[in-house]
Amino acid sequence: MIALDNVTLTYPGRTGPVTALAGTTLHVRRGEFAAVVGPSGCGKSTLMKLVTGLIRPTSGTVAVEGKPVTGPVKLAGMAFQNANLLPWRTVLANVMLPLEIVPPYRQRFSRDKAAFQDKAMALLNVVGLGAFADRFPWEMSGGMQQRASLCRALIHEPALLMLDEPFAALDAFTREELWCVLRDLWQKLGFTVILVTHDLREAGFLADTIHVMSARPGRIVETRAVDFPRPRDLDVCYTSDFTQLVHELRGKIAEARQAA
Amino acid sequence: MKMKLSAEDIAPVAFTVGLFVIWEAACRLFRIDTFILPAPTDIFAAMGKYWWPLLKNSFVTLWTTMAGFAIAVVFGIALGMVVGWSRTIYRGLYPVMIGFNSVPKVAVVPILIMWFGIGEIPAILTAFLISFFPIVVNVATGLATTEPELEDVLRALGASKLDIMRKVGIPRTGPYLFGALKVGITLAFVGAVVSETIGANAGVGHLMVQAGSNFQMPLVFAGLLALAVEGILMYAIFAAFERRMVAWAFRSSTGAGG
Repeated sequence: MIALDNVTLTYPGRTGPVTALAGTTLHVRRGEFAAVVGPSGCGKSTLMKLVTGLIRPTSGTVAVEGKPVTGPVKLAGMAFQNANLLPWRTVLANVMLPLEIVPPYRQRFSRDKAAFQDKAMALLNVVGLGAFADRFPWEMSGGMQQRASLCRALIHEPALLMLDEPFAALDAFTREELWCVLRDLWQKLGFTVILVTHDLREAGFLADTIHVMSARPGRIVETRAVDFPRPRDLDVCYTSDFTQLVHELRGKIAEARQAA
Repeated sequence: MKMKLSAEDIAPVAFTVGLFVIWEAACRLFRIDTFILPAPTDIFAAMGKYWWPLLKNSFVTLWTTMAGFAIAVVFGIALGMVVGWSRTIYRGLYPVMIGFNSVPKVAVVPILIMWFGIGEIPAILTAFLISFFPIVVNVATGLATTEPELEDVLRALGASKLDIMRKVGIPRTGPYLFGALKVGITLAFVGAVVSETIGANAGVGHLMVQAGSNFQMPLVFAGLLALAVEGILMYAIFAAFERRMVAWAFRSSTGAGG
């Protein structure tokens, strides 16, 4: 579904051109849960912007659904480390925001508002926020805000979900809770995910495939299939195979940092 | 349930009364001439005696201020949006606006009087000129500081620049705008009064100049007091308005769950 071939991105920095990505090749199948891990500053977020068409590569090709990306892809849901909810909207209104923008929903928004509200409520119930729909984001904890942010990213049923360290600012327990929320949503709705993260356990628990990036200029130095059986339970994180996987990935990242 | 007044509630009144008491005491203790600095009791006496001219002229100042401020709000929001919309316009117009704002408005009043004659129009225009700048700057800042990640979220959905402006830019400008309105209204007062003192047939500024030339110092101070009261009232009205309109900007962390 997503194909990056030999993508290089250079942008003018303060002290001359900066190469964020150099010859990156990455393929993600439809419905796959892909994780991208790497040392900080390796261009992971740049990768996200390339896939969603927010920036264009200097060379190489980016294609989504077989079509080259020439502008914002209009089918992606995004969530970041910061939940970025609008403080003047209730949780429900925040979640419904994409429906006001994405066609065909936007044309029907005022007519089908009640139906859209039900749709948003259903999604909020899945992530356990049903009782908080009328609250404002700032009345909620960081974990709850991040749940709402996930709902906002998924309300318009995108084929692709882009996550940029969405759980990095949460405490360990909330983070594990939200892993399970994301796992359940993904298994229920079957979208394609690219998850950018620092957390190797997060990648190991959630992903089908883990791509390890090198330090800047970033490129994919290793791709690992994760074949723990689905549905996965948090207990999988405490098996020796899992520890082994995380340990090896850790070694790879250390190498990637050394090389910088 | 009995309403308890805390020290914080009483403080504004206590400080105001205290100021007047010290003022009165100083005037009596040092036998300050009424012509130099009238004691509060003299000022209140003048207010009682000349209540009608004070009220009438206060009303003139109030409406010229409001008229000028209303124009400033409309013009300021419109220009602020244009400036906040595009970086090029922002870059191009900003120095011009800074230069414009640096010109003391007192210096412009004689020109306005030459153009429009003595009367209310120069006062309205001065109020407008002095108060529109903070509105433009705040609206433009509100628009220009939209979180880039939020913009990415919307752009990845295919949102146009106008969509982003409507859904995010304009609502998030609210607190900036209302903050500017509070500052702007007091500035508009300054503008109107400055213009009235230079050339007008009515208004508190005009009244004070006349009282001054008649050596009626208590009345001059009564005019000042009237202006202060009007200023505080207008500020309070806009502050209350702000609280109502953009309550979300005054969020407290106490409501946050763990």
